[in-house]
Amino acid sequence: MASAFRTWALSEMPSSRRQATWGNRYRAWLNLKGNPLGMIGLTIIAIFVLMAIFAPVLSTHNPATQDLANRLATPGAAHWLGTDELGRDVYSRILYGARVTLGMVIAVVVLVAPLGLAIGCIAGYFGGIIDTILMRLTDIFLAFPRLVLALAFVAALKPGIESAVLAIALTAWPPYARMARAETLTVRGSDFIAAYRLTGASSWRIIFRHIAPLCTPSLIVRVTLDMSSIIITAASLGFLGMGAQPPSPEWGAMIATAKRFMFEQWWVPMIPAIAILLVSLAFNFLGDALRDVLDPKGN
Amino acid sequence: MTIEIENLSISFGDRQVVKGVTFQVAQGTSFGIVGESGSGKSTVLRAMAGLNTDWSGRIAFSGEAAPLKRPPAFFRKVQMVFQDPYGSLHPRQTIDRILSELPLVHGMKDIDSRIAKVLSAVALPQSARFRFPHQLSGGQRQRVAIARALIADPQVLLLDEPTSALDVSVQAEILNLLADLRVERNLTYVMVSHNLSVIAHLCSHVGVMIDGHMVEQVTAEDLRLGQVEHPHTRELRSLSVELEEPA
Repeated sequence: MASAFRTWALSEMPSSRRQATWGNRYRAWLNLKGNPLGMIGLTIIAIFVLMAIFAPVLSTHNPATQDLANRLATPGAAHWLGTDELGRDVYSRILYGARVTLGMVIAVVVLVAPLGLAIGCIAGYFGGIIDTILMRLTDIFLAFPRLVLALAFVAALKPGIESAVLAIALTAWPPYARMARAETLTVRGSDFIAAYRLTGASSWRIIFRHIAPLCTPSLIVRVTLDMSSIIITAASLGFLGMGAQPPSPEWGAMIATAKRFMFEQWWVPMIPAIAILLVSLAFNFLGDALRDVLDPKGN
Repeated sequence: MTIEIENLSISFGDRQVVKGVTFQVAQGTSFGIVGESGSGKSTVLRAMAGLNTDWSGRIAFSGEAAPLKRPPAFFRKVQMVFQDPYGSLHPRQTIDRILSELPLVHGMKDIDSRIAKVLSAVALPQSARFRFPHQLSGGQRQRVAIARALIADPQVLLLDEPTSALDVSVQAEILNLLADLRVERNLTYVMVSHNLSVIAHLCSHVGVMIDGHMVEQVTAEDLRLGQVEHPHTRELRSLSVELEEPA
């Protein structure tokens, strides 16, 4: 079955559009598989996603149950990764926290990347007054300190994870728009875009079918580099009481509340920090590998 | 399809690059425009295709004046082939996707058979269909660009130096292909080139441009015999003769 698919997909003479598409997908997958760092990233992300999904099965304690007699316990048999300042099991909180943190990061990216891409491509393609309006708007958002703007948004809405996601998304799109615009400017005058104009296609069709795909590889890399800073912003909002609300086990908030014990009970803030580090690193590896895969000139 | 260009002027900002060019092309013939770099010859072609909208004058196909913004139906009659086959094909799309864009935009039904037909019309193997442009040679890419223009079943092809980015041997292949296609499909060509021998090979009439003016129009026969009047035409001619037959 698998080998039949392999020969079918890798055929040098695809007989249908579907076969050719699957062939290219399969080649991209082989290419990704051949990139060790990319596979490490993908594995780590897959592990964390599985941990988040199966948190109720994998956890050893209820993440919200307090045990004040057993505060700040060292990692051991009873509590694999120790307990926090309220005696809650850190391992279980990390598992449940993966749901909150990864969910937030993914929600922000899903909101931000298409928005930035669309605004940048539209501004770059049309130029003139549309470009000026969209880019000055982008500048306004860029000029604000990210956290302050996010704070203002959350304060205007109501504190919580959804508002935090929205606030971070609203402050995170301008760099993507700028980048997509720059990429659009380099291709909009090219002959292949002129050729598409000569098909009678609308500007929207040209922007979204032919220009946007050219901007996505660099956008993906930028997004994966931004993952960690999104987590940090979410944590800062949580720390200021505007993000994830206690007792919700958000990783950033876990570090923020545990930083008082940084010197005596270092493992308490260290464990969520390692989780954030691993996830950010994994996203960076994966993003780098994806950029290579998405450029068919490379293979 | 007859083409009439009357008093065509094109400006980029304050700079006028085409200054009152007038010529006619009869149905089924081919008209060549020669001139040095910067003489405005490609600009004329892009304005005819509808890519440039800063022109004044009259551009008419079959006696029908073309508006500044062309309706989609216009592009089924008039198509263009670009100079550089390395820059005129989308680098991330397969040949199949590149060729199917126009049929998709115009809601055509038989896309598969159309693609198969144009690929064989330009003598490309069907196996090239699902390749990416970077997997093809320069000559093959230019064939794809010609196929993309042909898939509309156009009546007019505008050729912007279609061979100048190619090797000499490949140039001849592409020129012969273009010559055959014109006869087979009864196409009308307007071709721009800086190479007189390329123009003389394909075109029956030639217009010579210098500094935005079309200074002379002659038949290819007269050009070959040297019966030309303008000193610039004479200069271009002697240059190309010298290049071809080194003393």
